[in-house]
Amino acid sequence: MMRMFTLRNALAVVVVAGLLLVPVYAAFIGNNFILSMSTRIVILAIAATSLNLIMGYGGMVSFGHAAYLGIGGYVVGMLAFEGISSGFIQWPLALVVSALFALVIGALSLRTRGVYFIMITLAFAQMIYYVGVSLSRYGADDGLTIQRRSQFGDLINLSNKTAFYYLCLACLLGSVFIVWRLVNSRFGMVIQGARSNDIRMRAIGFPTYRYKLVCFVIAGTMGGLAGVLLANHTDFISPAVMHWTRSGDLIVMVVLGGMGALFGPLIGTVAFLALEEALPFVMAKTIDPYFIAQNIRPSEYWQIILGPLLLLVVLFARGGIDGLLARIDRKEQP
Amino acid sequence: MSGLLQVENLAKRFGGIVATDDVVINIPEGELHAVIGPNGAGKTTLIAQLTGQLMPDSGRIRFDGTDITHLPMYQRSMLGLARSFQITSLFLDLSVLDNVSLAVQAHAGHSFHFWRDARQQADLREPARAALARAGLADRADRPAAALSHGEHRQLELAMALAGKPRMLLLDEPMAGLGPEESARMVEMLRALKKQYTILLVEHDMEAVFALADRITVLVYGRVIATGSPDEIRNNPQVREAYLGEHEEGVVHD
Repeated sequence: MMRMFTLRNALAVVVVAGLLLVPVYAAFIGNNFILSMSTRIVILAIAATSLNLIMGYGGMVSFGHAAYLGIGGYVVGMLAFEGISSGFIQWPLALVVSALFALVIGALSLRTRGVYFIMITLAFAQMIYYVGVSLSRYGADDGLTIQRRSQFGDLINLSNKTAFYYLCLACLLGSVFIVWRLVNSRFGMVIQGARSNDIRMRAIGFPTYRYKLVCFVIAGTMGGLAGVLLANHTDFISPAVMHWTRSGDLIVMVVLGGMGALFGPLIGTVAFLALEEALPFVMAKTIDPYFIAQNIRPSEYWQIILGPLLLLVVLFARGGIDGLLARIDRKEQP
Repeated sequence: MSGLLQVENLAKRFGGIVATDDVVINIPEGELHAVIGPNGAGKTTLIAQLTGQLMPDSGRIRFDGTDITHLPMYQRSMLGLARSFQITSLFLDLSVLDNVSLAVQAHAGHSFHFWRDARQQADLREPARAALARAGLADRADRPAAALSHGEHRQLELAMALAGKPRMLLLDEPMAGLGPEESARMVEMLRALKKQYTILLVEHDMEAVFALADRITVLVYGRVIATGSPDEIRNNPQVREAYLGEHEEGVVHD
């Protein structure tokens, strides 16, 4: 019944294989930009994967998921600033703090539903954003440069770009694996049931609130991990990573790739960041020359193309890229 | 007289509208008790209070001697009070078997199991398949719930109610929207279930109610105007005037 060779499986394999080979390719052409860009993709894909757990599988549309990127990052940045650069202290602490924030935010937000849930998660994220802005000891608006990446002794050197990249990739694949196990477990069935019909779940005997809260905390912790990695990648943390538009980007990545699909967020992140890089470049080559006389450069407004593109995906490809492939797979099936 | 389900002086108001007015119902173990009444009589409001979806303003509900008036929905379900919904309320994007498995899982201890694949666990899937078979849906197990017909949705509702190993079924218009053939099948199914479960049946289909019920309660504007055996109800002048008069006469005479 289950076919192994389908387009959606094939794309997931190609993307993962491609990511595994990035450092080899980067070394081969002697260009580190592609490695840095891929590291960023992988890290944001972890955040998107964690958002997919609550949004795609649990139906909890959090519009404040970037907050955890900031929380994880700030724990690393603040500790580094205070002279504690051991990763063995920074990382667990960052995850615990992210989990605690998710616990409080979730405990309050999950009492609401629908649009109210979206707005309240947004409100919490904005609060945390403004806390970041007001942290004058840690750079406030301007952010905080991290002088030393997290230290893990002889275990791994995060300043080695290739080693760091593979660490991020391992974290991503680990996250995807965890989400896969979670959503198919009894716990995951409850989460999916609550997405599908929360009233019915309670009628047949599930106290759904506590299951959703646990799910929310797991996703927040995973988002915190992405924040830890992001801070180490950029050697910098600022409130900007928590801006509400960043939360919006994460939602777009998940929707673009395919909500409730295991590899959807990863594919969506690759597509989103690739478009973000490629659109201005392509537009500069193709459209800009026609506007030289007017002295404007359309490539600066590349979102003009991205926006309608996303609209098309939402309107005509429900289920995102993954959903599109799944539909083609079904058609091929006799 | 102490029944499995005792409703004592239940009242519920929505603004100026009295949806449930001093309702008293007593259902002994093993009885199939039907609640009938014209549209807007407050039947669904009553069921919602019995399951805990709505809280009554006053009065008391006892289940097997336990006061459940203020218990939340899931705890009542745990005590063995299972409900099927009037408006089909399923997990449409999950498979038929998943729907019933969830109902089994609800009664299989807590669900904070994060790792093992729930779809491979025989202690969930086997009882689920058995319940599906009893509701006549064995061959539909792997279809998505959304792909079933309306009649099959009602059967699935029933399978889910059964899967929770309930002591009592609260069936909210199981016949709603069914064609004559499907209705007849549902009546047969309920007749079979009647032997094992105490059932509260809210139903519009008079023929089915009079064929199945041991006793009937008639609700009009939230108030109980009569309770008794089908024969007593049939011959009760108050009922005929208040309720049955609105329908074509033929329905009450068999």
